[in-house]
Amino acid sequence: MSGLPRYALQRLLLTIPMLFILVTVVFLLLRVMPGDPVSAMLGGKNVSDEVLATYRVKFGFDRPLLQQYGEYISGIVRGDFGRSIRTNQLVLQELARKFPATLELAIFGILVSLGLGFTTGLIAAVRADRPVDHAIRVFHIASFAMPLFWLGLMLQVFFAVKLGWLPVASRLGGRLAFTFKPITGLYALDAVLRWDGKALVDVLQHLVLPAFTLGIALTGLQGRITRASMLEVLDQDYITTARSKGLHERVVQLRHGLRNALIPIITVFGLQFAVLMGGAVLTETVFSWPGIASYLVLAIGARDYPSIQGSVVFIALFISVINLIVDLLYSVVDPRVRY
Amino acid sequence: MRRESGAWAAADERAHRGPLHAVLGVLSRGRRALRGQHILTIGIAVVVAFVLMTALATRFPSINGYHPTLYRTAPRLQGPSASHWMGTDQLQRDVFSRILSGGRASLIVAFSGLTISLVIGSVLGWISGFAGGWLDRILSLVMDAIYSFPSMILAIVLVAMFGSGLSPMIWAVGFVYVPTYFRVTRAEVLQVRETTYVEAVRAVGAGRVRIVLRHVAPNTISAIMAVSSFNLADAILTVASLSFLGLGLPPPTPDWGYDIQNGQKYLQSGSWWLITFPGLMIITLSLGFGLIGEGISDLVNPRRKGKKHKV
Repeated sequence: MSGLPRYALQRLLLTIPMLFILVTVVFLLLRVMPGDPVSAMLGGKNVSDEVLATYRVKFGFDRPLLQQYGEYISGIVRGDFGRSIRTNQLVLQELARKFPATLELAIFGILVSLGLGFTTGLIAAVRADRPVDHAIRVFHIASFAMPLFWLGLMLQVFFAVKLGWLPVASRLGGRLAFTFKPITGLYALDAVLRWDGKALVDVLQHLVLPAFTLGIALTGLQGRITRASMLEVLDQDYITTARSKGLHERVVQLRHGLRNALIPIITVFGLQFAVLMGGAVLTETVFSWPGIASYLVLAIGARDYPSIQGSVVFIALFISVINLIVDLLYSVVDPRVRY
Repeated sequence: MRRESGAWAAADERAHRGPLHAVLGVLSRGRRALRGQHILTIGIAVVVAFVLMTALATRFPSINGYHPTLYRTAPRLQGPSASHWMGTDQLQRDVFSRILSGGRASLIVAFSGLTISLVIGSVLGWISGFAGGWLDRILSLVMDAIYSFPSMILAIVLVAMFGSGLSPMIWAVGFVYVPTYFRVTRAEVLQVRETTYVEAVRAVGAGRVRIVLRHVAPNTISAIMAVSSFNLADAILTVASLSFLGLGLPPPTPDWGYDIQNGQKYLQSGSWWLITFPGLMIITLSLGFGLIGEGISDLVNPRRKGKKHKV
């Protein structure tokens, strides 16, 4: 085995220790940090020591730390994330059910941020130090400084409440919420698979505001990196060479410039995903989006300890997989990366 | 959402090995160094204005004639008017008076949290970069793992575990940014360590601690300063988000994030002023820190400045 498959396998094997460390950090944070999980779970309620003790035994907090750690790790390996206190369901099952909603939101959010960030960054670079460039840079910085939940609320007020163009919240409206039968859980895909035009329109309408909220928040990062990376490439000697050959400026910019500028842009994409998941917590809360991020917030509100831990581990897994994919993509785009 | 500034930091890691004297110039020569640095000046002005406003409004709560929590006889849910510039809320309080001191928690948490992460992160970064070997490898792995995890979610979970209030938020924000400083410092140390002058100092017989403190640490400051400003901008948003999710200070303490959450309930009835004004405050303050970061970046990395682009 050689080349890309070999590299992919190596990279996959490297993901395992990384994941192990992440999962251990989660464990340490939740168990060893000051604050008793059991009293946190009971929300500082005035309960007797006996009740506390029963809870401790029930969730295994009375056992030695090392043993707890062993059980925790073996649980994760076996896919046993425990049972939610709030709903009494298996945490992993609940997460698996909620995950497609988050994934769908993330995909559309990324599409928005790629579309906006990439084009604005490119325009800014090509028109560097001109008014358009300045305007775009201000927009990028502003998109950084904007609280995501606030942006979501403002969009909601304007487009849903005031103009009434788009639905305020949730994934489906009216009767569809009860009649629509999902297949994959990615509703847009499901609507296509079921060949249901009405549902598709409804699903997309519900996606617009959350996707733009998440997307605009990421636009600044995407746009800045695109601009910086493109400018750096356009300064290179081979660009001058391409120009002196008499190539059309657009060809120079797009074929010689853009292709090379893509590398840092993809690197940032991996980082972006972490921001995206953080942003999803707020977006899902504002738009009552039934994904894993809002599940986590609900779990925190209810001090549902197994669910909190399970969601965090699940998100860690998800991020690791994304980083793996980004790394592989990276080696495809940049032929200089040796594997 | 530390990652945004983190990514800037990543870009800065490469770019900002600029001369230290430029940064020291800001500190010592003050105004002279600020000449021509419009972005930096505006940023500093915004932040100073916000700190002063918050300090004053916290010390004298009724500074605009209405107390943010005790005054409760305004008309209910009324839009901006001459007597209530930013309208009133459902508990008949004046929104403007709450705006004035609503940034207190954000500022305290951002500055204290940053100090914690800066100290821990830099020290670990120096140690890791200088020690090398297995210690460096383990520390880097752990830091990378934390870094790869969404900081917003980490902060939320930490605050949920620690309980709400100022100090849990400070520790959560402090913890979340540690890897950023670790990475910046370590990268810088690795680079400086190989320079000729450090070799010279070592040849003279200086000890490790002395090399780190006298010769390596000062060279990491410029990179750290730019990163800190971006992190402060980000921390303001994180604190606001925590408050928005109800994990911040308990009511009725005025707080922008919490007030937005509260205003959310009255959006359907058209009370836009309840969320608009606190949001604008958060943006302005966060933008102020962001501009300072931009300004410092320009100062220590003047390469791009004044360069004319053909095209």
